[in-house]
Amino acid sequence: MESIDIIKSNYIRELLMDGVREDSRGLNDFRSIKVAPGVIEHAEGSAQVDLGSTRVLAGVKLIMGEPMSDTPDQGTMSMAAELLPLASADYETGPPSPDSIELARVVDRGIRAGNCIDLADLLVAEGKAWSVYADLYILNYDGNLFDAGELAVMSALMNTKVPKYEDDKVIREERIKDIKLNNIVTSATFAKIGDKILLDMNRNEGNAADARLTVATDGSVVRAMQKGLNGGITVKEIDDMVDTAMAKHVELKSIMEKATKRSL
Amino acid sequence: MASLANKPDLIVNGKRVDGRDFDELRPIKIEAGVLKNADGSAYLEWGNNKILAGVYGPKEVFPRHMADPSKAIIKCRYTMAPFSSLADHGRTGPNRRSIEISKVTKEVFENVVILSEFPNSEIDIFIEVLQGDGGTRAAGITAASVALANAGIYMKDLVYAVSAGRIEDKIVLDFNMIEDNYSEADMPIAVAPRNNDILLLQMDGGLSKEQLKEAVGMVLEAGKKISVLQKAALNDNYKKATEQYGQKQ
Repeated sequence: MESIDIIKSNYIRELLMDGVREDSRGLNDFRSIKVAPGVIEHAEGSAQVDLGSTRVLAGVKLIMGEPMSDTPDQGTMSMAAELLPLASADYETGPPSPDSIELARVVDRGIRAGNCIDLADLLVAEGKAWSVYADLYILNYDGNLFDAGELAVMSALMNTKVPKYEDDKVIREERIKDIKLNNIVTSATFAKIGDKILLDMNRNEGNAADARLTVATDGSVVRAMQKGLNGGITVKEIDDMVDTAMAKHVELKSIMEKATKRSL
Repeated sequence: MASLANKPDLIVNGKRVDGRDFDELRPIKIEAGVLKNADGSAYLEWGNNKILAGVYGPKEVFPRHMADPSKAIIKCRYTMAPFSSLADHGRTGPNRRSIEISKVTKEVFENVVILSEFPNSEIDIFIEVLQGDGGTRAAGITAASVALANAGIYMKDLVYAVSAGRIEDKIVLDFNMIEDNYSEADMPIAVAPRNNDILLLQMDGGLSKEQLKEAVGMVLEAGKKISVLQKAALNDNYKKATEQYGQKQ
């Protein structure tokens, strides 16, 4: 971290002692959320999400492949995240960093554990099934990539159409149906700074954070969690964060449903 | 998660596939100071898991530009041996899963190691899963704690880790591999026992709020037993070392 970031972190901490945030948000407020589905026409599904100044783009491609040997009755999904060097002065080119791997795996975990994609419906014939590739591109970094990423990938999936498959050929120009979804998962990521807990950290708050917790939920049960950073959190704090995440799910889900014009 | 088509019965007559109760740990054996070259080490058997943890440092940071004049940095590498799993031959070295586990494990130890005591230096933690049978990240953290203490590195606390999760509607402690593959939720947790701060928390599957609470409670209860074993391993090693030293006089 550069010196200016340390100064900003101290400023964030001081403000928080009075329960105030840099951008005067409430502790449990998200920044403004914009979801733009279908921005990449070539992809079978896509969505760009703005969470404050954090901007991420998710693209979904469907590839005809084979089921995994231990799950012959269903298709597959896989996810990757790219922290593009154009998104922040903090990012560098090179192989995937632990940060980008963690991001992709945590977003993946929420959607997979929530059974969001009906993987069995991706099977088209014995030994033939669609593989869903979701790629998360970070275009501008201002904190909280977990929630922006979960929103973008979920929205991109809600936007995804399955291409025609005929005589062993994929006809990409013809998309025949919406991909079958079973569930909608959203996440809420919290930063613990000192003894305060706040939702949806921006970059400066992220730098000041002692601990981080992502809670992914479908509104009825918790689907995935991931704690990050080296600070500790208490059982009571986890309890409160789960409550908030579940309450926020309703709001996030409706934003995605409105934007993608698809609801479950 | 494996295909549900060939899912075995994980609970029969109120017992688990290996005969354990819902809140019962697998047998755990820990030995400290097992590697000659490492500054600290531990070998741990946890059910069928066999894990070796080695610690080097504090030592000079490499590459040097990563050095922090205010504190030590921790590097952590968790890997599974290609022969460690009952399934196919794996690949040597880190993969995406192990990179993530290495990262969250590193964050656990950044909390408890008193980094400011060792400015400009690095502490390396290596966790090698020689045989894996479910719950290897928790077992790895439990072993690495002992290895760090064995290296004489100052820590605020001796961390333990264990997972809890859900099989059907039952909350169950410490999954083995079969349970891990077919369970409805899995949640590894690492705890600093002094104040019960949660230092690692991962979860996937589905847990209601009440189930989450029950699972965390089960982890905290089991942790008491794990802590006793960790301390005993360190004590034994210390005893052995003092005996050896005494003989030389």
